[in-house]
Amino acid sequence: MATETDSHGAAEAASVCVDSHGGAIGMPQLCGDWMGNQIFWLIVTLVVIFLILSRVALPRIAAILAERQGTITNDLAEAENLKARAVEAEEAYNQALADARSEALRIAAEAKAEIQGELNDAIEKADAEIGARAAESEKAIAEIRAGALESIREVATDTATEIVGALGGTADADAVTGAVQSRMKG
Amino acid sequence: MADDAHGAAAAEHAAEEGGLVFHPMDQFIVKPLFGGDTVGLFTVTNVTLWMALAVLAIFALLVMATSKRAIVPGRSQSIAELAYGFIYKMVEDVAGKDATPYFPYVMTLFMFIVCSNFLGLLPMSFTTTSHIAVTAIMAMAVFLSVTIIGFAKHGIGFLSLFWISAAPLPLRPILALIEIISYFVRPISHSIRLAGNMMAGHAVIKVFAGFAAVTLIAPVSVLAITAIYALEVLVSFIQAYVFAILTCVYLKDALHPHH
Amino acid sequence: MEGDIVQMGAYIGAGLACTGMGGAAVGVGHVVGNYLSGALRNPSAAAGQTATMFIGIAFSEALGIFSFLVALLLMFAV
Repeated sequence: MATETDSHGAAEAASVCVDSHGGAIGMPQLCGDWMGNQIFWLIVTLVVIFLILSRVALPRIAAILAERQGTITNDLAEAENLKARAVEAEEAYNQALADARSEALRIAAEAKAEIQGELNDAIEKADAEIGARAAESEKAIAEIRAGALESIREVATDTATEIVGALGGTADADAVTGAVQSRMKG
Repeated sequence: MADDAHGAAAAEHAAEEGGLVFHPMDQFIVKPLFGGDTVGLFTVTNVTLWMALAVLAIFALLVMATSKRAIVPGRSQSIAELAYGFIYKMVEDVAGKDATPYFPYVMTLFMFIVCSNFLGLLPMSFTTTSHIAVTAIMAMAVFLSVTIIGFAKHGIGFLSLFWISAAPLPLRPILALIEIISYFVRPISHSIRLAGNMMAGHAVIKVFAGFAAVTLIAPVSVLAITAIYALEVLVSFIQAYVFAILTCVYLKDALHPHH
Repeated sequence: MEGDIVQMGAYIGAGLACTGMGGAAVGVGHVVGNYLSGALRNPSAAAGQTATMFIGIAFSEALGIFSFLVALLLMFAV
């Protein structure tokens, strides 16, 4: 390095900072001859990079990120919307179910009431009919009974008159009738 | 005549190769690409080549990778988005929300430094960021623009950056002196940190490569090169990050000079 | 002869300047160690302070880089 510099010397060097066979003399970083070149190309490079970044790359990446953010937000909103709609649909379903149930109950109650009414009517009618028939029958029975009593009295009077006649007595019609009458009461 | 001298020197150089000879600084030499010996202002040199490659890398990463504008990003597009988000968040967090207009400048510096550092890690490559001239220009640009922004936004009130009202009154002039000195040391430390890190790492790798010529310690040397190379990959990124984050810190001082 | 002595002085100075890098190493280790112990006590606050840690590392490392630079200047430029 430094000894090399001494042995070759700067005189035969290709430039001030490089010795004759391409080795560095001292620090290449401190070689003033090269700095202008480096600074020039650095400025060119930085300007090019800055133009690429500010004109093309950064707006594009920002747009991509914003678009993605927008898509995510939209998707979330849509998912939220769908969820709300699902909840709504469930509510509507439940509502319909409840409606149907109450309607069914109402119809059942109505039907029951109607049937009950019809039944009551029928029972009433039947009762009335039964009552009428019973009354009629009672009446007939009473008639029959009355008829039967009358017949019995007649038969008894007749029989009694006959028996009395057979026994050789003379039947007093009023006495026989009175006797039969008292007997029948007793 | 020049050829004769050159041949003789080359022979002498070749004779040296047998022993332990280190040329850790040869990798930093600026060479004209298309012949010629002199490096003029506009000469196309290896500096030009590697800076152009850095521009190409940035173009490929940030423009070509995002050309599909996919909502669900591929591998390269997500790297571009990651870099964008990383630097944007850093500017926002460190320098404040009102610093986002300066985000493209910070992004430019960061992308250039990180691409140059990583390209410099390729064998036989040239590390543009290892040159103090390069980093000093970037640091001076940051220093000057930050100072100008500070004075443009706050006028003379920007000087309250140096007058720490939280400190007791007798201490303030001393603190102001220290603050002013540290303010002017900023571009120096800002540039030398990057260049020094890159130069040191590459020089150390080269020194270990010199040791590899001795058979006895060659395995150790190769292992050491591997380890230092891994460290250099880390350092390459961290130094770019540090350069960008310090730019943000200085920007914060310019935008909010009151402590 | 005189040049050799100057050279020797420069090399010795470069070696001495390199000791400054040890200080930077201690400083960086201190920053990261304290960050880590703080982060383990309160992991939820750690993520927000990573940037601050890197700034601290950068500042303390800068001084080590300065001494390295002095060494390089003594070796190659003086």
